Amino acid sequence: MDFTLKVWRQKSAKDKGYFGTYQVKDISPDTSFLEMMDILNEQLIRENIDPVAVSKGCHDGPVAFDHDCREGICGMCSLYINGRAHGPDDDITTCQLHMRKFKDGETITIEPWRSAGMPVIKDLVINRNALDQILQAGGYVSVNTGGVPDANTIPIRRENAEESMDAASCVGCGACIATCKNGSAMLFVSARVSSLALLPQGKVEAARRVKAMVSKMDELGFGACTNTRACEMECPKRISITHIARMNREFLKAKIQD
Amino acid sequence: MSEKLNSKIPEGPLSEKWTKHKSQIRVVSPANKRKLEVIVVGTGLGGASAAAALGELGYNVKVFCISDSPRRAHSIAAQGGINAAKNYPNDNDSIYRLFYDTIKGGDYRAREGNVYRLAEVSNEIIDQCVAQGVPFAREYGGLLDNRSFGGSQVSRTFYARGQTGQQLLLGAYAALNRQIHLGNVKSYNRREMLDLVLIDGEAKGIIVRNLETGEIERHGAHAVVIATGGYGNVFFLSTNAMNSNGSSAWQCYKKGAIFGNPSFAQIHPTCIPVHGEQQSKLTLMSESLRNDGRIWVPKKKEDVEKLRTKKILASQIPEEDRDYYLERRYPAFGNLVPRDVASRAAKERCDAGYGVNDTGLAVFLDFKSAIERLGKKVIEERYGNLFQMYEKITDVNPYQEPMMIYPAIHYTMGGLWVDYNLETTIPSLFSIGEANFSDHGGNRLGASALMQGLADGYFILPYTIGDTLAKKIQVPKTDVNHPAFAQAEKEVKEKITKLFAIKGKETVDYYQKKLGHIMWDNVGMARNEKGLKEAIEQIKVLREEFWKNVYVPGTNEEFNQELEKAIRTADNLELGELMAKDALNRFESCGGHFREEMQTEDGETKRDDKNFMYVSCWEYTGESKEPVMHKEHLNYEFVQIATRNYKD
Repeated sequence: MDFTLKVWRQKSAKDKGYFGTYQVKDISPDTSFLEMMDILNEQLIRENIDPVAVSKGCHDGPVAFDHDCREGICGMCSLYINGRAHGPDDDITTCQLHMRKFKDGETITIEPWRSAGMPVIKDLVINRNALDQILQAGGYVSVNTGGVPDANTIPIRRENAEESMDAASCVGCGACIATCKNGSAMLFVSARVSSLALLPQGKVEAARRVKAMVSKMDELGFGACTNTRACEMECPKRISITHIARMNREFLKAKIQD
Repeated sequence: MSEKLNSKIPEGPLSEKWTKHKSQIRVVSPANKRKLEVIVVGTGLGGASAAAALGELGYNVKVFCISDSPRRAHSIAAQGGINAAKNYPNDNDSIYRLFYDTIKGGDYRAREGNVYRLAEVSNEIIDQCVAQGVPFAREYGGLLDNRSFGGSQVSRTFYARGQTGQQLLLGAYAALNRQIHLGNVKSYNRREMLDLVLIDGEAKGIIVRNLETGEIERHGAHAVVIATGGYGNVFFLSTNAMNSNGSSAWQCYKKGAIFGNPSFAQIHPTCIPVHGEQQSKLTLMSESLRNDGRIWVPKKKEDVEKLRTKKILASQIPEEDRDYYLERRYPAFGNLVPRDVASRAAKERCDAGYGVNDTGLAVFLDFKSAIERLGKKVIEERYGNLFQMYEKITDVNPYQEPMMIYPAIHYTMGGLWVDYNLETTIPSLFSIGEANFSDHGGNRLGASALMQGLADGYFILPYTIGDTLAKKIQVPKTDVNHPAFAQAEKEVKEKITKLFAIKGKETVDYYQKKLGHIMWDNVGMARNEKGLKEAIEQIKVLREEFWKNVYVPGTNEEFNQELEKAIRTADNLELGELMAKDALNRFESCGGHFREEMQTEDGETKRDDKNFMYVSCWEYTGESKEPVMHKEHLNYEFVQIATRNYKD
């Protein structure tokens, strides 16, 4: 398969960006999207090496993009592909997308997440430190190592454990924020709040947690939720906005207690 | 050197060693902990849990990771589960049985004392994770559920769907976040360790590159903990994440730390087969699938031919024409034999011409009988995300057609040599998790990597590091202006400058892929003298070529992923050679190390306990000098040494 790629290039956070246009050829439909990016980079590096290509103005260098596990679990990969977070397929991260989902000869536009809370570092690489900061504010159960009760001391309803697990499946990629027209981090934050709120271990400091995390989220400048559900649609792990509803309830409860 | 290689295993009965040791080692008072600094490199299960636990104790911790967040470490990708000897299912499990299975699974090449301790603390790990809010799978009664893994006849594996590693890592990451919030831990993301700094022979700090800006930074401490995982990516195609690498361990080796059993690499039997030359990595399908999946190839060659040319589907081959070869060869353990055994059996069938895809390198993993027995819904609940992952990659629905799988590099049992305190041969340098060599011998059992990472990080290192740090309470903070730091920084910068200056004709990936081919063909699932000797020569030639002809684009002072890869590949070109040398020296087959010269008539591993019951301990002696091998002899006081038998 052959493709025309329009890729966002930006040297650093301070530089102005532009779209670079590149051709890739003979791509197998079984190739993953990021393997196709590897092929593009190999090609761009070889153009750097080749004096003829350089004299013709081919010296863009490889495209920087974040990736690691390449099996949809580490949350490192991102990318806006043809206007959708993680590309045209549903319920996957970019690294699980395969070229068979595109048409031969298609032009594919590739951009970084664009959101005030996640600035570009280079090309398609973004800074997601804000997500860590929100979790640091309270996304945990405050227990030290050792001296805890036997694991089977507290029975937990299976349904609760399962729903907690649904929320805990969040990989922290930031697709929800990038997709939201308000740049809201509500789905990401609520996934953690809800996962812990569903378990007895998390209930003890539930009020403290939700207030700390929401306040950090606001402080970092993320937008408000207006229930468009776009985040849920683009979440590679199908995290439901019912978790946002649960977080709102938790937050209200905490505020009333005050 | 033999004195340095003192494993410090305490005397006395197995079950009392750890308790006795803990009561005898030094502790540091809370007021003094505040004065001491510890560097932890890596934030997988080992690193994150260690950094969190040390922070809780009151030490000043600096933690480093190469990703944009500690949560990305590759422990996150572990699917199946974590072992513990809770005996909740009442199937006669015990600490001793977990210990015994692990020693036997490792083919009697691990230390009894270490492995017993691992089994002993396994139960505490489950308690800890539940207290953190890890959503393990539960029964309707609300209590925890278990499943089975290879190499064991009991159900002792705790799990969270097919995402156990993710949930355990998020638990450790949450504990770490709490310590960061409290100010006990400082986190440095997008930093890669490029050298270890020694002052008077002791580990005093590290040199790192800020991957965002290219700045070379110095960080000092009273102790350094290496928790950077394994070196499976020397093979290029592996189930490791793309950025996983063994470079930190390699830098420590080159600074004098002993490297243990470098050739011991695990090949996981159930990975999605290679599809072509453009492939970047291999995806694992969890071992837990072998609870319900049955592995087979056709009995008849004509069926094989029809499958390869896509004239028939696997589901059309009748029961009587299928060879469930694991069930046939190993009736007692069936599809749940250990990984090394299952991998070799798949290779044996494929080498005999029964591979089921167009490359001839695949076997089936079939859920037909499980779906008939339990229904699709139950299978979906147990393995839904794995089935979805498989379908997204291959475009085949595994509820209808069996999965195709083939072995791939997954884990390295070898690593930095450590004593019972997890301290390397360099004083104040510790190593935990996959980065060390300690607990798995020649082969690791499934669901034991998560166990070891968290055991080391939560429950072992926080105690044993005190024994070393108690001696440092009068030692002031490390001065990073010391000439040793300047020298190490200078060497790192020179290496980077040299890489850019080559301006050759080939890309970094070209060399890493070539190295990967040499390693897989000669130092992979089957090894022999001729192949290993050739590999050693080929790697030398390739390394020389790399340093003359590689091209690294861009500059150091920017986000530069090609430079990152170039530095790692340069290390892999040395590490690969040591792996081959170790494999050549070990003229026996044990666990994942299979020397073709040493096999039984029916193709099983043949150990040589008389000559090789030792850890091979490699010492670096200088650039282009031969490394020296020392031996740590293994004593089995409590376990009867036997030939591994999974047949009856």
